[in-house]
Amino acid sequence: MKTFVYIDHFKGEVQPSSWEALGLAKSFGTAIALVFGCGVDEVAKAAVEYGADEVLVADDISLTDYRAETYASTLSALASSLGPNLILFPTTARTREMAAMSAIDLNTGVLTDLMGLEANGESFVATRPIYEGKLMEKTVCAGKPVMATIRGRAFPKPNREAGKSGTITKVEAKGEALSTVEGYSASESAVNLGDAGIIVSGGRGVSNNPALTPPAGMDEKGAEIWRAQQGFALITELATLLGGAVGASRAAVDGGYIPYSHQVGQTGKVVSPDLYIACGISGAIQHLVGMRNAKVIVAINKDADAPVFKQASYGVVGDLFQIVPALTEALKKKLGK
Amino acid sequence: MKIIACIKQVPDSEAKVKAEDGQVSWGDAPLVINPFDEYAVEGALQQKEANDGTVTALCVGPESAKDALKHALAMGADEAILISDAVLENLDTAGAARVLAAAIQKIGGADMVVFGRQTLDNGAGLTAAQTARVLGWPMLGLSGQIKVEGGSVQVERVIEEGRQSVKANLPAVLSVVQSIGEPRYPSFMGIRKASKATIPVWSLGDLGISAPAPVVTRTELINPPGEETAVEMIAGESPAEIAEILADKILAEKVL
Repeated sequence: MKTFVYIDHFKGEVQPSSWEALGLAKSFGTAIALVFGCGVDEVAKAAVEYGADEVLVADDISLTDYRAETYASTLSALASSLGPNLILFPTTARTREMAAMSAIDLNTGVLTDLMGLEANGESFVATRPIYEGKLMEKTVCAGKPVMATIRGRAFPKPNREAGKSGTITKVEAKGEALSTVEGYSASESAVNLGDAGIIVSGGRGVSNNPALTPPAGMDEKGAEIWRAQQGFALITELATLLGGAVGASRAAVDGGYIPYSHQVGQTGKVVSPDLYIACGISGAIQHLVGMRNAKVIVAINKDADAPVFKQASYGVVGDLFQIVPALTEALKKKLGK
Repeated sequence: MKIIACIKQVPDSEAKVKAEDGQVSWGDAPLVINPFDEYAVEGALQQKEANDGTVTALCVGPESAKDALKHALAMGADEAILISDAVLENLDTAGAARVLAAAIQKIGGADMVVFGRQTLDNGAGLTAAQTARVLGWPMLGLSGQIKVEGGSVQVERVIEEGRQSVKANLPAVLSVVQSIGEPRYPSFMGIRKASKATIPVWSLGDLGISAPAPVVTRTELINPPGEETAVEMIAGESPAEIAEILADKILAEKVL
């Protein structure tokens, strides 16, 4: 069994679930890592250290910026000449596009956002969420190679063996880019909830602190957002203490309290952290399916009937503006921080 | 400027979706325009207004999907076309892309084709890029802002790591994200116009193609386990006491 693993990176920063894909590939047989870009020696070396049997590197000026067309064409050319059974990717904005295009070139299919993948002779059976995670399906791809993007934290991450040496082979870049990247700004809100081990989330309730008086001259909507931002500051403090990420419900992002990138549920952003703390989130079905794969769920809400408690491991009926800071203090002490 | 918005009809997001006898069931919940595709229609209408264009809403689906197209018309789309054919039942994303590309060619091409980022049902988010590949057009995915200038389009692409400014020549395929702006509500006039509209239905024969063979197929549907969990409620005399107990519980789980 020969598997390609596409190592997804942005400016040399590797998407961590690329290594999880590499570990999965090893469990099936030979794992060949693919690294595309310009000046990506370090990424290729890391792939060796994480256990790739071989690394194919397309290091070319034309691949400096990710563009779907060139990355897909380079991938398709390698797959055509080397004939892997399977191509694995982490699930990111980039990999969905390049896998989608390459599948057209190779007349095969892409299975996305996988939570499980089993070999069945020469073929594979994948398990993936559909209908926003309300249902799961088993699905197969009749084409060759099977292309699959895996969900972050769904498969174990292999150990890194620092200094390990291995075969790194240069390959050619292919295709013609149809777009140009003119600029980039790392937004403050850049957040990757899929890879987060701990998530502290806020909902509509974060804007309801009656103890706060907004600055004079604010209109009603402005005051609501101002209140919510004070609420999210408490949530961020707890998340930072625990080394986690900040999440949000749809109500919170629709209310303009925090950018869309923090939303859990609905956009297909189903998270599976070890610990999920839901603060002031009543628990719409989309949110619940987005977070119920977490190992431990803590719900803090002032409404004892909130649906969120039905999914929680631990529940507190109370005022998040009192409970969250108290929890931050208690954990700070107990963790010796 | 000629703009096409590609949409799909899906069960409402509030629906309790279940597997029943190997089929997907959403009870009596309504079928609606895919919520992400409302942003596609919104993005298309913004470009229509900015560039003196027309918007055609395009959908592959059963006869009932006319309702989703009517929603697009009520929002302000100029015309709508449904591609419906009994042989299209098990279409995968690549197949949908080939059908859409054929329809776009039959319409006479376009300057811009706009998709939502993904559908609520399958959720793969592949069709836009696959349509671009079949057409050989540039793909500008996850666009949060769109600006057309001369023969080119510039978008602000929202990715995991931040925002990128990306430019391509028209015609191009775009997918849009929520930051494009909240989809407008259908106006009274729009609803009246949509209710009177005749929506042409094209078969694969009309497109001059045969049914694409599905490469990806579903073999089993599974209801996820653990609908409800046994919650342990934590109470105490004061927030500090509750926090103290809760902190100990969390530490005992060894997840930190």
